[in-house]
Amino acid sequence: MAKKHELFGPPLNPLGTRLEAEDMEKIAHVRAKPNAKYAWAAGAAISRFLEELKNGRIIGRKCARCERVLVPPRMFCERCFQPTTEWVYLPGTGVVETFSISYIDQNANRVKEPILVGVVAFDGAPPHCGIMHYFGEVKPEELKIGMPVEPVWKPAEERVGSVLDIKYFRPRKK
Amino acid sequence: MDLKKIRKDVAVIGAGMTIFARRLQETGKEMSWEAAKMALDEAGLTLKDIDAVIMGSAPDAFDGVHKKGEYLLDGAGGTNKPYMRVFIGGGTAVFAPIVGWWHVASGMFKRVLVVCEEKMSSVQPHAQSAFGHIWDPILDRPLKPNLVWIFSMEMQRYMHKYNVRYEDIALVAVKNKRNAVGHPCAQLADPNITLEDVLNSEPMALPVRRLDISPPSDGAAAIVLVSEDVAYEHTDTPVWIDGVGWCIDTTMWTNRDLAFPKFVARAAKMAYEMAGIKNPRKEIDLAEPYDPFDYKELQHLEGLLLADPGEAAIMTREGKTQRDGEFPVCPSGGLLGVGNPIAAALGIKIGELYWQLAGKAGPRQVKKDVRTGVAQAWGDLMQVASVVVMRRR
Repeated sequence: MAKKHELFGPPLNPLGTRLEAEDMEKIAHVRAKPNAKYAWAAGAAISRFLEELKNGRIIGRKCARCERVLVPPRMFCERCFQPTTEWVYLPGTGVVETFSISYIDQNANRVKEPILVGVVAFDGAPPHCGIMHYFGEVKPEELKIGMPVEPVWKPAEERVGSVLDIKYFRPRKK
Repeated sequence: MDLKKIRKDVAVIGAGMTIFARRLQETGKEMSWEAAKMALDEAGLTLKDIDAVIMGSAPDAFDGVHKKGEYLLDGAGGTNKPYMRVFIGGGTAVFAPIVGWWHVASGMFKRVLVVCEEKMSSVQPHAQSAFGHIWDPILDRPLKPNLVWIFSMEMQRYMHKYNVRYEDIALVAVKNKRNAVGHPCAQLADPNITLEDVLNSEPMALPVRRLDISPPSDGAAAIVLVSEDVAYEHTDTPVWIDGVGWCIDTTMWTNRDLAFPKFVARAAKMAYEMAGIKNPRKEIDLAEPYDPFDYKELQHLEGLLLADPGEAAIMTREGKTQRDGEFPVCPSGGLLGVGNPIAAALGIKIGELYWQLAGKAGPRQVKKDVRTGVAQAWGDLMQVASVVVMRRR
């Protein structure tokens, strides 16, 4: 096949002016800080989920058709597109579905002690179904996919109806 | 779904892109104009010839300006024309051209300009601050997640389920950053990078290290799409979009098995069926899968049915996916090497396929004769895929 451009592939002369971080102080730019505040409704299903977290319990919602127990709960099954019909308490235990050992925080700042975070797939729910949460009382090198874990709850008086009512998940004691 | 009954075939006849860099002085509008002008110039058209304009751009939060489509409008050349902005996160890079495709394939428009732009440097202190707003506000955000976490978790699950070694994954970063050396827009090209450099790079969210990740970038890209009725009036080397597909999985990401991207396979099957491809491994000559992380190139090759689950790592180790290998993958240098201005990856996915299939890729041109290629992008909350099959006839 004929090659029209032997030396440089297209785009032949791409435009654009590279800047370094310090250039941002020298060139014209405008700073602004939006001040938007929100109050999110948690919704019919997740409100109950949060209430039960406050009680120290994990609750799911069952689809009568496919019989999946949805955790986090939903008022409808997105596969069957039918209303879910039944609240189901789960033991709260589960297994590590996957995990990450993070040395960066939310804003990409570096942290010295790694954040151990992952997905816990709950016992009593379909495979792979769970929530994201932290892990604790475990060394980073000991964390494994499939490891049985249990929630460590905040003391009842400190719970407010939030996923943070669980402090973290730890390896389940036999 | 009737994938046979398309009114008009659609060809790419020009592409352009700006340099990709951590920060560009140009505004989004200025970058859009530069990319659009380059694409029009290559196609030999002026804006007057264009019937409609598609703009692809990612979250408004990057710019701090809502109604971003309108914000970028003038630069994209959409003024006083049918114009729309589309956005499916990272998937936009290949979805915006799909939207352009159906504008033309429907028979409504003969010549359509597709422009994709991203300026990630405006948001302070880091693009990650904007990414924080894509998570579920009730279930995920209290945990103060960084977007890298979710990819790290997906990579971990992928490695576990299909027994993939980190060393093989890291080879993708080495390959793509080396491939990018020939690309005039590249941000992170490195002719001397070694496997050890990747393995020893800074731990971000393990198993993800710094060199496993593509960089945030500013940049823009554009392509010109035309109907079969006029394609040969403008060029002798149109490259045809013969198949398109897209698909999205549930947003409840903690309810998915993260190891295999089923939604990519569904999108790919749709595109292959439309293109009449029965055996993608035999019929496709090169691929530009979405590679914002090195493991994603492998997982996407598998989702595109170009490798069995876990096999893409072996193909990489054996050198098959090198630019001069038997199945070149990301000969552009990919997002890992050229940069990752979300939607503007259009230029290194669709743009690169166009240049490769038209034989215009210069030093990046793959050795083997290529007729059929597939490009793919991926995004939203790691749940959506867009796939395009392109052919030289």
